[in-house]
Amino acid sequence: MSSLNAELEREDAVLELSGLRVRLGGRAVLQDIDLRVRPGEFVGVIGANGAGKTTLLKVILGLVRPDEGQVRIAGRDVRDARSLVGYVPQSFSPDPDLPLRARDLVALGLDGARWGFSLGGRQRRGRIDEALSWVDAERYADQPIGRLSGGELQRLLVAQALIAQPRMVLLDEPLANLDLRSQDDVVDLVGRVAHERGVTVVLVTHDMNPLLPVMDRILYLARGQAALGTVDEVVRGDVLSQLYGHHVDVVRVHGRILVVGGTDSESLTCSTCDG
Amino acid sequence: MLAFITELLAAPAVGTALLIGSLVAVTSGVVGVFVVVRGQSFAGHALGDIGTTGAAAAYLGGVPALYGFIGVGVLGGLAIERLGERARERDIATGIVLSFLLGVGSLLLYFMTQRISATGGPVAILFGSIFTVDPAVTLPVALFSLLALLLLGFLYRPLVFASVHPQAARARGVPLQGVGILFMLALAIAVEESALVAGALLSTALLIGPAAAAVRWTRHIGQAAAVAALLGLVTVWLGIALAYQSYFWSGAHRGWPVSFFIVMLVLLEYLLARIGPAKRASRSDAPREAA
Repeated sequence: MSSLNAELEREDAVLELSGLRVRLGGRAVLQDIDLRVRPGEFVGVIGANGAGKTTLLKVILGLVRPDEGQVRIAGRDVRDARSLVGYVPQSFSPDPDLPLRARDLVALGLDGARWGFSLGGRQRRGRIDEALSWVDAERYADQPIGRLSGGELQRLLVAQALIAQPRMVLLDEPLANLDLRSQDDVVDLVGRVAHERGVTVVLVTHDMNPLLPVMDRILYLARGQAALGTVDEVVRGDVLSQLYGHHVDVVRVHGRILVVGGTDSESLTCSTCDG
Repeated sequence: MLAFITELLAAPAVGTALLIGSLVAVTSGVVGVFVVVRGQSFAGHALGDIGTTGAAAAYLGGVPALYGFIGVGVLGGLAIERLGERARERDIATGIVLSFLLGVGSLLLYFMTQRISATGGPVAILFGSIFTVDPAVTLPVALFSLLALLLLGFLYRPLVFASVHPQAARARGVPLQGVGILFMLALAIAVEESALVAGALLSTALLIGPAAAAVRWTRHIGQAAAVAALLGLVTVWLGIALAYQSYFWSGAHRGWPVSFFIVMLVLLEYLLARIGPAKRASRSDAPREAA
């Protein structure tokens, strides 16, 4: 790749992490993370508990300052880029009696951080309806959120992140506690957000399998270090063995990928519990 | 019935009671909705209890009890919020602040019982004294209510966001600590005003009861606040009317305390809300308001 192309790509990057190092409580949580994500790209951040996923998210959101290295969002410092980043938090189980409708939850993404009341208005309502339609949630727009399913709630959180028209959305374990069908629905929805709407997607999860159909690149985290590339480049025995620091095998069964530890034979979710 | 109402309104103590009671009912109802949504009813209850200390100090110092209630309530509220930043710590922080201030309060109540001029004080503080409230505190009560409601109006959107999903709110730039502290201020005002009407021990009744029922019947927070305020008003009015009427129930010509009736009515509302139908979940039942 010529240096001119590299230059162009640099300009284009929506998210750019360079030489990132984070230490928390004397322990290196993230080391030497480099990542450059283009508009409309879908990056899955995969790793077990304790691999540094949550810290990485917090760094990108500007909630944790890295000890070394840089985070730039569309060329800006994270602190000036808050409006460019939509955040889809881990789902939650609201009280069944919570007096809040689906549309109210989505509206919080538009102006929930502003003081005072919203004066409403047709334009605001139009934007809320539009965001609801992006995630096919019109049907339950006026229902109290405490009575919705986990998948419906997750869609609303995506709409909440999209309504402010960010350049990038960050999703934190959006598939947790969902049944397989809802998982596929959410993955399909988020894939369309990236590839049809051109919004960069960074999705953090512990299981890569549901993302295989839509993920452009994978950032595989273990022991605070990362391997970055396409699934075929990264999810290989030699690459992951080096990352984990001990031998692992990658097994493909029925289109699913399992990462099996050298000493035990548990699947991905547990072989990586190196905390 | 009509004659009873006319007679009721003609009594000057009742007029003051209705006015102050109404202000308190509205404030408590509106603040209470957020207390229920945020799960802070223990903090609310603790603020009522520790208000005792302030009110006793105010009695001993010859100042209207309202200022004692609110002064200690605000300080206690800030202490709870400062000590308990994480949800898990909040209960413990509340418990510590509560027991410390109640300990001081019990000493002050003891001093009051030693003074002939203040012997009625402890009962008034603990169980409410709406009929003997000095009419001069009506204006301060109104101003404090206004302050609490303005504060909630200012906080509205970030407070809803922070209450529903704190992590998402933080990521969007909502200052969770600042919002928490300002809300605690509004909560302290509502609870301590309510203590003036229903007594320190029962002040959470007006705060939690109408709000808990309203939350079950409504679909969004604004609606819940309006219904809670309305329920609070009806509760206080009925409570005052029944307390006034109870004066004639026994030969002794001594009325029962208003707080008793308020608590009974609150319980009734809550039970109705629990056993009655909750908000309907299907969209066709709910006509959408125009934009």
